[in-house]
Amino acid sequence: MRDVDMHYCGGCGHSIVHRLICEVIDEFNIRERVIGIAPVGCAVIAYDYWDFDVSEAAHGRTPAVATAIKRVRPDNIVFTYQGDGDLAAIGTAEIIHAANRGENITVIFVNNGVYGMTGGQMAPTTLAGQKTSTTPGGRSLRNDGYPLKILEMLAVLPGVRYLERVSVHSAQETFRAKRAISKAFRTQIENKGFSMVEVLSMCPTYWGISPVQAAERIKNDVSLFYPIGVVKAY
Amino acid sequence: MSRKILMCGNEACADGAILAGCKFYAGYPITPQNELIAHMAKRMSEINGIFIQAESELAAINMVFGAAAAGERAMTSSSSPGVSLKQEGISYIAGAELPCVIVNMQRGGPGLGNIAPSQSDYFQSVKGGGHGDYKVIVLAPSSAQELLDYTFLAFDLADKYRNPVLILGDGLLGQMMEPVTINKESYKPHMTEKPWALTGCKGRKPNIVRSFFLGESALEEHNKRLQEKYKTIKNSETRAQDFNLKDSEIILVAYGSVARTAKAATEQARAKGIKAGLIRPISLWPFPSKMISDAAGRGKKFLVVEMSSGQMVEDVMLAVNGKSEVDFYGRYGGGIPTEEEMMARIEALV
Repeated sequence: MRDVDMHYCGGCGHSIVHRLICEVIDEFNIRERVIGIAPVGCAVIAYDYWDFDVSEAAHGRTPAVATAIKRVRPDNIVFTYQGDGDLAAIGTAEIIHAANRGENITVIFVNNGVYGMTGGQMAPTTLAGQKTSTTPGGRSLRNDGYPLKILEMLAVLPGVRYLERVSVHSAQETFRAKRAISKAFRTQIENKGFSMVEVLSMCPTYWGISPVQAAERIKNDVSLFYPIGVVKAY
Repeated sequence: MSRKILMCGNEACADGAILAGCKFYAGYPITPQNELIAHMAKRMSEINGIFIQAESELAAINMVFGAAAAGERAMTSSSSPGVSLKQEGISYIAGAELPCVIVNMQRGGPGLGNIAPSQSDYFQSVKGGGHGDYKVIVLAPSSAQELLDYTFLAFDLADKYRNPVLILGDGLLGQMMEPVTINKESYKPHMTEKPWALTGCKGRKPNIVRSFFLGESALEEHNKRLQEKYKTIKNSETRAQDFNLKDSEIILVAYGSVARTAKAATEQARAKGIKAGLIRPISLWPFPSKMISDAAGRGKKFLVVEMSSGQMVEDVMLAVNGKSEVDFYGRYGGGIPTEEEMMARIEALV
């Protein structure tokens, strides 16, 4: 991790998730083997903070780029960092097929339920009734469909080895999140196959509440719909 | 040792890539290039390369992005509707300056069109295709042998300039069976060092593969550098052939499979005492504007023939710049211009 100021808003979860990944990488002592794929979204310039090789990818194509890098360089540790728009909307085909091929990559999926970079529009993971700039009356199930539970969808695929949902809304949950990220990287290091961690993360700016309220919202609201815990393990 | 093999253009194209040291292929089935993806699947397993049948054209081109970023020689192929889907990825590849080869065995459009040969993707190929100010080197072979040779060359050009190279064929070229001579000793790929590639940052600073430049004037600087590179390519990599150009009064301009018919038409015209010649662009970008401009002048007439409603003809007119009359003959939507049709047009111009 580079010692620089980050561009993220106050109370945003991205900086925490960045740090957890870097700590895990250092604990495995694999910084010189890691190749990360940065998404399109708020974390697009993650390479300004990470101190290892990084590629950009077009919006949602992140798992396709990671697939090829890992196939060409199987001895490197390849992970994607994706938001809910990137992974669960525009890149749905890519994530399902990378998972189904059992690619030996690790996916860190940051779910904050909104499109942050473009100004807080509805994401596929936005909860029913949640107000966003494109759902001013709240997400309507009739008009907008249901929030997507990606981990539960991927769990049925035989190529998928490890899936866990975590959160970074408290110190205790952040500790658990780090353990899950570590387990996911270990899955890849031991050549076991596809691993993914979904991180419930705060976006106070586009939730329109304070950072403290945002953390409470995950605990009292978001995590009831997206239950924290292991979804699939080997 | 030299071997002469009967094969279709799609297979020759795949073999050219293998000879060039291509180790990664990702593609998605579409007619009329299915022999190419099947041949790649077979050849990659023989050479211990990587073959992935992708879930979509989008995934295929982005897999090529990843493989190229990791430093491997990589290729994808498709036909017109599929190449439209790849345009997003090609723009990113051009922006990130990654070397790779893309093949388009053109079929009729717009939309799903049909599966007959066509040259109606000229604009898409040479004028950009995707978003942004970028250029792709476009090579237009006219036989199975040339599909092999120019695909081989494409990989060296891609690495040399860190730029995508497009092989622009058509369904006719891809499907046609022709003898191809392969002398393995004469195909020696020029492999370059890739210090920018993502390999893990052992013993060096981290590498970043990017097309995103947010800082003030950062993108303008990046684009200026790209334009300088395109200027170098224009000066060094323009390719064209000419036949009987010197004394010609009627100059045909055609590329790819159509150029072969056009050459035959000029020979027929010569037999009838009409001084006809041919300019055949091999690189469509960079376009051989100078050769065309030098040939233009008083007493010369141009006839551009395409399997389109008239796309390359615009570049010919720009090069001719009013110095000569420029006529056009095109068949499109599955029609193929015949020697007789070209001959009739030549006679009408005399």
